[in-house]
Amino acid sequence: MKKSRILSLAMAGALCIGLLAGCGSSNDSGDAQSPAPATGSPEVSGTPAGDTTASTSGAAFKLGGTGPLTGAASIYGLAAQHGAEIAVEEINAMGGIQFELRYEDDVHDAEKAVNAYNTLKDWGMQISLGSVTSKPGEATSVYNYQDRIFALTPSASSTAVIEGKDNVFQMCFTDPNQGMASAQYIAEQKLGSKISIIWKNDDVYSKGIRDTFVAEAETRGLEIVYEGTFADGNDTDFNVQLTESQKAGADLIFLPMYYTPASLILSQANAMGYAPKFFGVDGMDGILTLDGFDTALAEGVMLLTPFNADAEDEATQSFVTKYQEKYGDIPNQFAADAYDCVYAYKLALETAGCTPDMTAEEICNKLIEVFPTITLTGLTGDGAGITWDSTGAVSKSPKGMVIQSGAYVGM
Amino acid sequence: MTFLSYLITGISLGSVYAIIALGYTMVYGIAKMLNFAHGDVIMVGAYICFFTMSRLGELFEPGSLGAMVVPPLAGTILAMVVCTVLGVVIERLAYKPLRQATSLAVLITAIGMSYFLQNAAQLLWTSNPKIFSSVVGTGKVELFGGQLGISHVTIVTIVACVVIMIGLTLFTGKTKMGKAMRACSEDKGAAQLMGINVNTTISVTFAIGSALAAIAGVLLCSAYTTLMPTTGSMPGIKAFTAAVFGGIGSIPGALLGGVLLGIIETFAKAYISTQISDAIVFAVLIVVLLVKPAGLLGKIMPEKV
Repeated sequence: MKKSRILSLAMAGALCIGLLAGCGSSNDSGDAQSPAPATGSPEVSGTPAGDTTASTSGAAFKLGGTGPLTGAASIYGLAAQHGAEIAVEEINAMGGIQFELRYEDDVHDAEKAVNAYNTLKDWGMQISLGSVTSKPGEATSVYNYQDRIFALTPSASSTAVIEGKDNVFQMCFTDPNQGMASAQYIAEQKLGSKISIIWKNDDVYSKGIRDTFVAEAETRGLEIVYEGTFADGNDTDFNVQLTESQKAGADLIFLPMYYTPASLILSQANAMGYAPKFFGVDGMDGILTLDGFDTALAEGVMLLTPFNADAEDEATQSFVTKYQEKYGDIPNQFAADAYDCVYAYKLALETAGCTPDMTAEEICNKLIEVFPTITLTGLTGDGAGITWDSTGAVSKSPKGMVIQSGAYVGM
Repeated sequence: MTFLSYLITGISLGSVYAIIALGYTMVYGIAKMLNFAHGDVIMVGAYICFFTMSRLGELFEPGSLGAMVVPPLAGTILAMVVCTVLGVVIERLAYKPLRQATSLAVLITAIGMSYFLQNAAQLLWTSNPKIFSSVVGTGKVELFGGQLGISHVTIVTIVACVVIMIGLTLFTGKTKMGKAMRACSEDKGAAQLMGINVNTTISVTFAIGSALAAIAGVLLCSAYTTLMPTTGSMPGIKAFTAAVFGGIGSIPGALLGGVLLGIIETFAKAYISTQISDAIVFAVLIVVLLVKPAGLLGKIMPEKV
């Protein structure tokens, strides 16, 4: 009895030592690099050419992100991962700043996202692409803040992701911005006068958009005639919400939600023979690539999105071509946002004069200073350029899009 | 008129719950276990039907009579066959070894089986949602000069539900196997002494329950067209609620419970609030169980000493 206890203690001890040794070695490699920047970084910031020394020595910035690579929201995660991969390849081929990209799966789940984040941290992530979706983004951004690892999320649009965190920035519009822009757009283009909203009341994303939409609609004189909600587990039958909208005489239904429930709403409205205008937000992006979805149902659906794959400028065209060659589909805005994120990092790191041998915290401090000052001409900026304020919110102009014969067309 | 259309929506939703609840209630009545994997067998059935329909659909000219009849029929039958086999295999591998174990152990195994099926489906068919095309087309019957529309899916679901219920009642009442089932549900030990093969009886119960699950899956996805590995779990839980509501173990009870649950859910959404409709449904359930602890049509079996 006693012997076995001693044995188990010894085993446990050995395990602990093993763990500590594991931590130690990863810390060591981190520490071993950190003395270098003290001598290296001043030179580099003096001359941009110094960047090449980083690449010739093979050192690259470790860039990590979490996103749903599997699961119901994988369409977003995979798009962001692919978009970022293309940007990293392009940038690495240019010489100069080099990136090493790693994406971890979070299955659109806050708890798994934190695990994924920790995996990236152990790997030695220096800068982060945050999380792709809002719920996980709210969870990981807290750790980004605590650990002083700078994050620029392509698409986690809830305000809670950036609120009170000086080192977390967004590439997408915040949810309130989407709601406001949608209401403005509908009012300016006179798309509808009697509006019905169907939103998901257990989802921060949906609620955030709905709240500002309602506020903005009121100031713009849009009449909201009906509001219906749904929640997880209650998200298949929309007959009641649609019948009530119809009864209230709504000529436009605003759908601040992801595309899966939206596809059901479209097909049930069609079955009812009710054909109002449908107006979606960025979560609607992806509906056309749903397996087996009859795209005729989405004919005339409008949405605000920062990216249009049909745009004719050279940057968009080359991105779309590369994406299609590599992954076989047309990139959506998540891919474009992630692509822009990597380029924003390139620009910011160059401006700040960071080198890959700096610690995450040193890079973080520099980027916090630099980000509000840069202007990126990206794919999602509509030519006007993308800027940030010091809260981490982005400023860029959205594009109105409409679905016509199975494709997104600019309005 | 909107009242009528809500009533029809409710009955249609309720009939799907009822078909699922029939599977729950049969297995519970005979094997005295809650088969939580039932909802996921539904999902498997829907996937089998989806793939069969999309493969076979290519062989026929779109719009022709063959394309309208053969793929849905073949899909449904194949889904029933696969689910029957799956149900029997699950019973043999996971539940039979636990026949003498505590009911808690069986319950946990069933929950484990449910997760296993969901994750297996995610591996096999990915978690990207698929849009199921209705097995009976998207047409509808119009009444009162077009003021009231009832879709074909709704009609087929309600008819299927009633037919299945009558069939099951006859089966358990008239056939030898049905009598064996009832005997097992009364007293397994005594049934065995009377020469009834309890294991075969339970296997047959699972086979029938799983075949019903396949039909439920096809009808569920015809009405609500997104198909994902988690598609079956929430309807499964609601159907379980319906089975308890109507009196678990009772076949007409499952039908009544399912339809009532669907109607209450729809009316709560329409006339009270879309935000708290589920809360209202479960509040009604609690009240019913307080007044009638065995459910609406359930019998309280006194403990014989």
